[in-house]
Amino acid sequence: MIRDITLGQYFPGNSVIHRMDPRMKIILTILFIVMLFVAGNWAGFAVTLVFVLAVVLISKIHIKFLLKSIKPILPLIIFTSVLNLFFVAGTPIFSYGIINITYEGIDIALRMSFRVIILIMGTSILTYTTSPISLTDGIERLMSPLKKIRFPVHEMAMMMTIALRFIPTLIEETDKIMSAQKARGADLESGGIIKRSKALVPVLVPLFISAFRRAEELALAMECRCYQGGEGRTRMKILKFSSVDFLALAVVAITFGVIIAFNILF
Amino acid sequence: MESLIHTEHLKFEYQNEEETYVALDDIDLDVNEGEFVAVLGHNGSGKSTLAKHFNAILVPTSGRCIVDGLDTCEDDELFNIRQRVGMVFQNPDNQIVATIVEEDVAFALENLGVDPQQIRQRVDDALKKVDMYKFREHAPHQLSGGQKQRVAIAGVIAMRPKCIVLDEPTAMLDPKGRREVLNTIMELNKEYKTTVIIITHYMDEAALADRIVVVDHTKKVMEGTPKEVFSQVEKLKDLGLDVPQVTELCYKLRQNGVNVPCDIITEEECVKELQRLLEE
Amino acid sequence: MIIKTENLTYTYSSGTPFEKVAVDDVNIEIQEGDFVGVIGHTGSGKSTLIQHFNGLLKPTSGKVYVNGKDIWANKGDVLKVRFEVGLVFQYPEHQLFEETVYKDIAFGPGNMGLTKREIDDRVNEAMAFTGLSEEFKEKSPFDLSGGQKRRVAIAGVIAMRPKVLILDEPTAGLDPKGRDKILNQIKEYHKKTGSTVLLVSHSMEDIARFAKKVLVMNKSKVFDFDTTENIFKRYDKLKAMGLNVPQVTNVFHTLIKNGVDVPDNVYTTDYAKERILELLSKKGGVLND
Repeated sequence: MIRDITLGQYFPGNSVIHRMDPRMKIILTILFIVMLFVAGNWAGFAVTLVFVLAVVLISKIHIKFLLKSIKPILPLIIFTSVLNLFFVAGTPIFSYGIINITYEGIDIALRMSFRVIILIMGTSILTYTTSPISLTDGIERLMSPLKKIRFPVHEMAMMMTIALRFIPTLIEETDKIMSAQKARGADLESGGIIKRSKALVPVLVPLFISAFRRAEELALAMECRCYQGGEGRTRMKILKFSSVDFLALAVVAITFGVIIAFNILF
Repeated sequence: MESLIHTEHLKFEYQNEEETYVALDDIDLDVNEGEFVAVLGHNGSGKSTLAKHFNAILVPTSGRCIVDGLDTCEDDELFNIRQRVGMVFQNPDNQIVATIVEEDVAFALENLGVDPQQIRQRVDDALKKVDMYKFREHAPHQLSGGQKQRVAIAGVIAMRPKCIVLDEPTAMLDPKGRREVLNTIMELNKEYKTTVIIITHYMDEAALADRIVVVDHTKKVMEGTPKEVFSQVEKLKDLGLDVPQVTELCYKLRQNGVNVPCDIITEEECVKELQRLLEE
Repeated sequence: MIIKTENLTYTYSSGTPFEKVAVDDVNIEIQEGDFVGVIGHTGSGKSTLIQHFNGLLKPTSGKVYVNGKDIWANKGDVLKVRFEVGLVFQYPEHQLFEETVYKDIAFGPGNMGLTKREIDDRVNEAMAFTGLSEEFKEKSPFDLSGGQKRRVAIAGVIAMRPKVLILDEPTAGLDPKGRDKILNQIKEYHKKTGSTVLLVSHSMEDIARFAKKVLVMNKSKVFDFDTTENIFKRYDKLKAMGLNVPQVTNVFHTLIKNGVDVPDNVYTTDYAKERILELLSKKGGVLND
């Protein structure tokens, strides 16, 4: 349902993965991505696949949803694979006119597709098991050292939170405005691209005006609740690494080690 | 009783490019601790501008506004004042900041730098007071209008203010939401002795107050108990305001020579009076 | 019969876990020229129902007839239905977008493909109905007060000269003066044009004052559809549903419960006054003069 978009891709649950500290989850996801690119042979790839599947099992997320997350980028994978297939030079195994498929081409296409698919699956696990708010929280805290170089960490996190908060509200509003203009005979669905974008003016103008009005009211409400920026602010929820987080870190480190070993061995 | 909010010859002007407008003029007002005050007036009368003076969102152009002994013109006292007087607005959607109910209630306390453990305790406490504790982990957009408005109230009372000012808190709600919010406000006032100032267009809400203040064209024009104010039906109608339906009925009867008192504002009083008339 | 529904059913998010029947097997007939109040809780299905009358929503099953014609018989004709049945949404001022009041009101008629002159006529007429004087024409709608903005938005729908005018909570958030102004203008419009008006409202006082018939929605179904008088006679049922009734109705029904012999069909203060004066004069002697 459209209204639940702020939950993003989050699937509430209570697995060990869900309960992990978002900071650790972000760090481990980054480590995992590095690992994926360090892995140089199919033995290493097999390890990453086993790792992802194991995490999926523990997080109790249905594999169906993970496959769904790959769907939108499938055309991209196919497109680049085809490019690699036809245009990488090397030992030809099939040749017809200008079409020239090489052994190296197939190898690169397969590796790339595999990496991208595993990459998407891995990062999806992060967003599936972490609510946007704890994700924002995690990012804010991981980046807090950057405050020293005057990077507006708190402001960025605040902006993300407010955006997340207002996405459903504005979607609902768009829906209402569209219905209202349709009731006045606006035709939003037919015609070419120019006609259609023109037809959007009666929807976009009120939407922007409403967004500005909301922003103004929200700013006032925040002022009334003593908002004064990130300085001196405390948080209700304190993030704390638990033993599970360190265990997870150890598992990832070991997996990483195995992959490096495989790189040397095979 | 000691007065919590005190204004003296309060005047407020604002400017656009060419002209200066007067929004409030010579307002003298006292709100006592624990009182429930309703402010009436048609749109554009200046009542919302007045409300914004109570927590130093606006400061008087001339005259004074004293909140719990603190002058709102003193910049140093700004956060002390805002902590003492919380404010709730009409549109619940536009005052909820966080994506989780309890995080939103914690917002003010986090801003004030309160210790995390204490925040938790105060947040739970505030949520229980508005009867939204079981929704603490919900996202705001999953709630009804009345529930959202109660969350907004919780976000304010978590600061433990002495007074809450509500600017048409029920205007956008359905009857069920209105009842919920109104019950919450009444309970805060009666059980927890929080001072309440409510701006409203609903006369039945105003009838619940200890005192009504009517603002019209920048000035305070009427003040008194609901009975005193609503009994002046003609004057209120001239000001573009309403009276409760039962008050109107008695007013119409009186115009036709029926002997009914002019200060009937509740259904119970009206039933009693009509019963007396018809059974006499 | 201007609007008729046959077994009208509408299901949201059909086929997903969020599936919800919003309108369930509704059969109603609305006569041309009627002033119908529509009441019910939030979520009772009343908003979903009215969006079927101008073809904004397509029934999951069942039929909607406007002026005797099945509006979904020919898909291309649905747009025309929107001009025949004008729908004013809640907080309609949020849909204003043009630079001037005139242009905004002309948006609907413009979509009908009318000539400039016809559009001009209709805008003038709609502005007159909503009490907007000539001087507003060239003003920006965003510079107006809340009540004025709302009247511009309503004029934008009236300018299409719909046979049926549906208003969803047209007075929400207005002060008593603005509320009365808009309601009286709607009443005047109804009287002068003879068009059918549907007024959706949470305010029983407003419904009682203006509607001749009332449609009560409850839990996606039609709970009742009858004259206003008969609806408020079923006081206990409305109360059991948790709906508000006008204060005077409450008073009269409490009097009846207390054993006082008063009529049970009172729902406006004027009518209440008449009945009481009548009863008093029968008894005699209580009047001052």
